[in-house]
Amino acid sequence: MLTPTICRMEVEAPRLAAAAKPGQFLIVRADEKGERIPLTISDFDAKRGTVTIVTQKIGASSSDIIAYEPGEAFADVVGPLGLPSEFVTMAPEKLAQQRYILIAGGVGTAPVYPQAKWLKEHGVPVDVIIGAKTKDLLIYVEEMRGACDNLFICTDDGSEGFHGMGTNMLEHVVSEGHKYTQAVIIGPMIMMKFTTLTCKKLGIPAIVSLNSLMVDGTGMCGACRVSVGGKTRFACVEGPEFDGYEVDFDEAMRRQGQYKAEEAEANEKHVCKIGRGK
Amino acid sequence: MANRIPRVPVREQDPKVRATNFDEVCYGYNKEEALLEASRCLNCKNPRCMTACPVGLQIPRFIAELAQGNIAGAAAVIAEDSSLPAVCGRVCPQETQCEGSCVLGVKGEPVAIGKLERFVADYSREQGAQAAKVAPANGKKVAVIGSGPAGLACASDLAKWGYDVTIFEALHKAGGVLEYGIPEFRLPKDKVLKHEIEAVRALGVKIETNVIAGRTVTIDSLMDQEGFKAVFIGTGAGLPKFMGIPGENYNGVFSANEFLTRNNLMKAWREDYLTPIHAGKKVCVVGGGNVAMDAARTALRLGAEVHIVYRRTEAELPARKEEVHHAIEEGIIFDMLTNPVEVIGDEKGWVKALKCIKMELGEPDESGRRSPVPVEGSEFEIPTETVIMALGTSPNPLISKTTQGLETNRRGCLVATEEGATTRPGVFAGGDAVTGAATVILAMGAGRTAAKAIDAYLK
Repeated sequence: MLTPTICRMEVEAPRLAAAAKPGQFLIVRADEKGERIPLTISDFDAKRGTVTIVTQKIGASSSDIIAYEPGEAFADVVGPLGLPSEFVTMAPEKLAQQRYILIAGGVGTAPVYPQAKWLKEHGVPVDVIIGAKTKDLLIYVEEMRGACDNLFICTDDGSEGFHGMGTNMLEHVVSEGHKYTQAVIIGPMIMMKFTTLTCKKLGIPAIVSLNSLMVDGTGMCGACRVSVGGKTRFACVEGPEFDGYEVDFDEAMRRQGQYKAEEAEANEKHVCKIGRGK
Repeated sequence: MANRIPRVPVREQDPKVRATNFDEVCYGYNKEEALLEASRCLNCKNPRCMTACPVGLQIPRFIAELAQGNIAGAAAVIAEDSSLPAVCGRVCPQETQCEGSCVLGVKGEPVAIGKLERFVADYSREQGAQAAKVAPANGKKVAVIGSGPAGLACASDLAKWGYDVTIFEALHKAGGVLEYGIPEFRLPKDKVLKHEIEAVRALGVKIETNVIAGRTVTIDSLMDQEGFKAVFIGTGAGLPKFMGIPGENYNGVFSANEFLTRNNLMKAWREDYLTPIHAGKKVCVVGGGNVAMDAARTALRLGAEVHIVYRRTEAELPARKEEVHHAIEEGIIFDMLTNPVEVIGDEKGWVKALKCIKMELGEPDESGRRSPVPVEGSEFEIPTETVIMALGTSPNPLISKTTQGLETNRRGCLVATEEGATTRPGVFAGGDAVTGAATVILAMGAGRTAAKAIDAYLK
């Protein structure tokens, strides 16, 4: 456990680990009766044949994922899904001109990590902002320090690092003279919305990673559809990363809550399996 | 004369009762009924039924065995050509194929071939049928992408001929559309489908779930690194279509694929599964095909009042007659000559109504059907909580995009010869991935044809 509600797990999945690239996600089903939960890949190791996922306890299904102990097996793990981050396929001469700022909010810090690592390994300048509500919810701080040039930490309550949100931190960093050609924002939808607005103000192009609702993750159900530049796109196969300037965040947030009533009912009924005494 | 016996009716669950449960609608024949119905077959010298069957099932032969009470013999005849008889007996459009060609149908009712096939399959399953014969292993590896009807049929034939076959399935359960698309009340999953897939496994076919071709592996990695000598692509047509009308992204608008997948594959209808599903009190299903009927009848069983909104008339409904008949019996309301123009949402972004326009039939189009034309100024609103779009599907581009040398046409379908060869040597394809959305049995037929081509290619 990284925090009392956030858990990191290394999952054995050799084919998936060999194929995974930064920016992609996978789908986990805890047990026979669980939902298919999309989770962004936080790390992958082709040699060990493993992928790392980080998940936060939200509903009945994510509680069931967290309840797993080392050595146990999920019912299903499938991926990698979605397209890799833009920089993975960028022409080297274009990549050499980039200066990245990766902005992570809460549990979104985990998927930022493989992106920072990839950029650093490829010699691309990369700074990272990690923002959390409070000190106890900060994750991946040490790992990230080794995976970027400058790490900036901020908390909403000022309990660690800069006192303020990621948006304030970004403005502060830019005001100190740091220059960026591209921002990548990963975190809760509302955080991505406002950080994109700040980027727009500062003139920095922004890419966001959308965690829309999904069933299959292969383009079959259309639950993940999102309006980007006025066009309907499927986050699972055309994303999950999109140009933040073009995303209709209000619609995306509304669509994310589509099954809230049904989920509340499920949580009520659900007997949590944590501490089931294995 | 045997043909004086009228077609034996099949028993079904009462419409009022079945509208509230997910148990199978049709009970099928018992042994007595099946033998009586089998006795109606004239055993024609030139069996038109067999020619009309996409997998070439030896229909008069199996019915003759059945009429003599040799059910195991009938099952063996069927097994020569089909690995999914309990499925086909239930979901095939027999009225346009075997039964549509039956000589008895000229003056009376055709032999109930589908119900007889189903009886033989169900009876042998309950008696514990033995696996079909398999040729000695030849050591040649063939990969089959997708475990739907096309893939299962192709894999079965190849395994029978001694090939080392692995099916790769993207979802966590095998069966493709049989699992995620067709509802429990038409095709029971644990009782029927699971068994037929087990029978394919019993031929020596390996099925690996959770492997997405184009993501987890590629056609190239399977051939270059994993030693597969040939690949069959039977990935179906899984991409949902939307209308492109305003308001389609409001909460409460779903593709039929999402709605049915949640209910079928993810078992939202069962209390003990965590999957959420949203139907509400009133549902409009847009479309007139079998998928529209399945979505409508599912929503009905989840407790909603259900309307089918279709732009032509009942005569043009592409769904099977039996499905339409069942839907009407169960209380589905058909709003014909009606076409949605906009989804109206409330202040919170949830569907409130479906704005439609009245249509009238004009001149016949290239499909021969009279094309619907909007009646000017006839817009009206149907208040509804949920809208389900069942407008058809197209093939998933995941494989064509990640495989060099694999051509598609402008509808996104893989280009393949009649025999199933794609534009890439060693790669074959069949079913909806090639034709666009069609039927289970056509996909099975294409899978079998491609199996022959793969056999010829590897010999």
